[in-house]
Amino acid sequence: MENAIAWIFIFPLFGAVACTLVGMYNRKWCHPISVLSMIGATWAGVETLIKVMNSKSHELSYLLGGWTLDQYPRGVGIEFRADLLGALITLVVLGVGLIVSLYSKIPVEEETPGKESLFFTLFLLQITGLAGITLTGDAFNLYVLIEVAALTGYGLIAIGSNRAAAATFNYVILGTIGASLYLLGVGYLYIKTGTLNMVGIREVIEANALADSPSMQVAFILVGLGILIKMAFFPFHAWLPNAYCNAPTTTSCLLAPLVTKVMIYVMIRMVLTVFGVDFSFESTLWTKFLPWLVVLAIVCAAVMALAQREIKKMLSYLIVAEVGYMIGGLWIYNYYGLIGSIFHIISDACMTLCLFLGAGLILRKARTTHFDGLRGLFAKMPLTTSGFFIGGFSIIGLPPTCGFFSKWYLITGGMVSGRWEYLIVLLFSTMVMVVLFFRLIERMHLAVSENGENLGHGHGDLGLTEEQTKFEEGPLSMLIPLLLAAAVVLVIGVYNQDISTQIEHFLADYDLPRGIEP
Amino acid sequence: MSAALPVEQMIPAVDLMAPLILTDVRPLVALLTPLIGLLGIVWAGERRSDLREFFTFAAAIIQAGVVLSMVPLLLNGAIIEFQIWQIFTHVPMLLRVDGPGLLFACVASILWIVTTLYSVGYMRGLHEHAQTRFYSFFALSLSATMGVAFSSNMLTIYFFYEMLSVSTFPLVTHMQDKEARTGGRTYLGYLLFTSLCLLLPALSLCYVWLDDGQAAMDFLTDTGKIGEFSQSVQIFLLLLFTFGFAKAGLMPFHSWLPGAMVAPTPVSALLHAVAVVKVGVFCVYRIYSDIFGTEVLQRMDGEDWLIGIACATILISSFIALSQDNLKRRLAFSTIGQLGYVVLGATLATERGMGGSVLHIAMHACGKITLFFCAGAIFVASGKKYVSQLRGLGRKMPITMGAFMIGSLSVIGLPPLGGFVSKWYLALGALDRDAMWVVVVLLISSLLNIFYLLPVAVTAFFQTEETEENSGLKEAPMACVVPLAFTAIGCFALFFFSGPLLLLAGISQ
Repeated sequence: MENAIAWIFIFPLFGAVACTLVGMYNRKWCHPISVLSMIGATWAGVETLIKVMNSKSHELSYLLGGWTLDQYPRGVGIEFRADLLGALITLVVLGVGLIVSLYSKIPVEEETPGKESLFFTLFLLQITGLAGITLTGDAFNLYVLIEVAALTGYGLIAIGSNRAAAATFNYVILGTIGASLYLLGVGYLYIKTGTLNMVGIREVIEANALADSPSMQVAFILVGLGILIKMAFFPFHAWLPNAYCNAPTTTSCLLAPLVTKVMIYVMIRMVLTVFGVDFSFESTLWTKFLPWLVVLAIVCAAVMALAQREIKKMLSYLIVAEVGYMIGGLWIYNYYGLIGSIFHIISDACMTLCLFLGAGLILRKARTTHFDGLRGLFAKMPLTTSGFFIGGFSIIGLPPTCGFFSKWYLITGGMVSGRWEYLIVLLFSTMVMVVLFFRLIERMHLAVSENGENLGHGHGDLGLTEEQTKFEEGPLSMLIPLLLAAAVVLVIGVYNQDISTQIEHFLADYDLPRGIEP
Repeated sequence: MSAALPVEQMIPAVDLMAPLILTDVRPLVALLTPLIGLLGIVWAGERRSDLREFFTFAAAIIQAGVVLSMVPLLLNGAIIEFQIWQIFTHVPMLLRVDGPGLLFACVASILWIVTTLYSVGYMRGLHEHAQTRFYSFFALSLSATMGVAFSSNMLTIYFFYEMLSVSTFPLVTHMQDKEARTGGRTYLGYLLFTSLCLLLPALSLCYVWLDDGQAAMDFLTDTGKIGEFSQSVQIFLLLLFTFGFAKAGLMPFHSWLPGAMVAPTPVSALLHAVAVVKVGVFCVYRIYSDIFGTEVLQRMDGEDWLIGIACATILISSFIALSQDNLKRRLAFSTIGQLGYVVLGATLATERGMGGSVLHIAMHACGKITLFFCAGAIFVASGKKYVSQLRGLGRKMPITMGAFMIGSLSVIGLPPLGGFVSKWYLALGALDRDAMWVVVVLLISSLLNIFYLLPVAVTAFFQTEETEENSGLKEAPMACVVPLAFTAIGCFALFFFSGPLLLLAGISQ
């Protein structure tokens, strides 16, 4: 297909319009429309990735409006650029969107009755925004798309309960500050380089040796800080747990796996494509101190996750810790660390999806995601809990799930770059995750209350009524997407080589240190 | 010296130096059989318990058959390989059947059949709950065990090792009560901490630096490559690997094993005397024999310290065992000590020491499973858990206590029982290294074994006061007694027919 990149946007964008229009007459059509748009978009995403992989330069460019790239600095106009990294992450965004849209029918009808058309419109626009972020080749256009994703995100969260509105307000404030800082940084870049095209900016920086310019340093700090706030890097994480916990099920399933991960992609893109490896790692102090902030971030997030007694809250803090993993992988300035970081974007999206889909099903059946309501859940919903724990094992990093492989590269990166603090904190948080998930397994499996009392009468009696432990899975339209997500977690693990080879191809263009000899 | 063994003349002369590599699907079949059996077990479920047990038996018997069918090939000097999957570009998930692996697989799969029979008696005798779950995860564990036995490189073995840790958790916490929670937490805490925090970094270090990141850490082709590293890195890696496989129960990472005794006895018998702990020591053996190799180890400074740690484990755990009144806990500490023997054999880094350590995997398995079977049979028949309660039980349960006696003697290492053969080679291995003190440790430890194992049977047979509570006692159900009698006889058989075992263990005459 000639314009695969364009189709990625056309499907969800026009799907959103169709949702609004059709929704005025019959709300029932909104869900099928969103599923169909997502199928179309995912297909276009696959097509794009294949084309990128097959092209000689591993790059695909789509210029909006027929301008040319010939002039120096690259002219003003919107370019969509799909390289291997962009195409891979786009496919993750679209794949997650597809699975969530399949899952969404029942929760949306139950949780936000009467607002289906609004919900699916926002849903598809959110996908448009996120996919746009991962594909755009223009720094200002990136800002616009970040705002598209953010605004629809606010809507998607606030559409739920009343408590969500307060959480959204918090999110709006911090999100706006983050985006504004980014925009300010882009302003500096434009003044200094005279272009907004990502590759163009780097060419100007390199050609004119702007690395020593103080305004470039300021631009870098503004852009970096803005992105860190948007991705909920500790200590800028305060908006995230409340927003994800109080949001409707479908929203948290969509936003939790994608938003933070896409922002990490943006940071990698900024470092590699916009500012360039030399400038980002050599001319700034970030490589020196950011890994230490990562240590702080991971430890704090892990400890806070330990303190939670509610699955969704716990998962939210896990996301904050995982953000630390990926930022660490980037800023230890090492080839393997960066492979790990990029791989972890992919695998973390899949496993977080798996966990949130599972949490949604548990919430619907058990009416709570608080730890105290979980006893006997293995007997009641064996498939749901198994799917959930495949995601959990992946977070811990047990083979052969995809989480093992990304953690493998991160650990390797920490070791070969001699960043022992990062390595140790990775292992520490791994152990915390072991505790988190096996504590949940205990809760669902054992007849023991939290303070150690034996419940029931021994011999596997959980101290529950027969009704409470009867086999009763959630609806298939929700269960199948969960199992699909769990399967994806395993399949990515099994075919990890194919993904990491693509990442290696992508990183071949950049000169990254491979580490020290022992 | 080995002329003392009766069957060695029958061993054909085989050139083990140039193995013939065959590609054959049988190792994969051995791995998949329990998984297919698992589907049957789940399908049959709680309501059709006979059918469910049939599936377990079928899986166990087919698995043992497949494993045993590979023995003749191996004895003729061949090696069987089968590739499943490419983990990394240069690291395949390759199954390879070699002598030590096959020996271990044989022991585990044959004892699985016996344990299944025993489980039926035990679980039904006690009207246990959730038997479907029990049999399912048992099958899963056996699949992982086969995987470890047939792994050809470090990453593959690591995968199956982790699979085993997780799949045995529901078995350890089977009772679902407070004790089970404590036991399960200790179990996973130790096993996952060591494997994720010690083993994983060590593996990653080896894979990224050895051979410019191209080494597969293959047990056959990459032996000794670790010698590229400097001495300090080598000893560091050796420590990480040795303690990383905490299933080997080396002190100070041993506490999970007594904790895991809350599991039903069939689990303690097969998994915590045979499969799981032997997986641990087998991995350690692989590290010493096939990753480092005897040459590198002998050149390494400070390797003696590990011999010291193994010896310390042997002695300390024996002393602790002396003080345990709970029979299963006493056996657990005895297991820790016996695992120390296997590790000791590996650390000795001599050919006969290594061989002795592989032999001890088999010999101790047969002896210790007998002891656990007996402990379980006593529990089923009388509900007794403590050594001090066993007075006069010998009269009532002669077969069980007789088997216990035989098992004890085998673990102690007296001829004509299997335990003697492996201890003999361990001692020879120590002498090859001129480590006389190790032999002394072995002797002291055997003495301690006598002190903590024999009183159990002696109390049962010779303190014959008739008490009220013993009056109505009789032997446990046949399904419990037959397996323990079988394994007790097995202890003799392993002594008299140790020839093929020696060959598989790689001890050349």
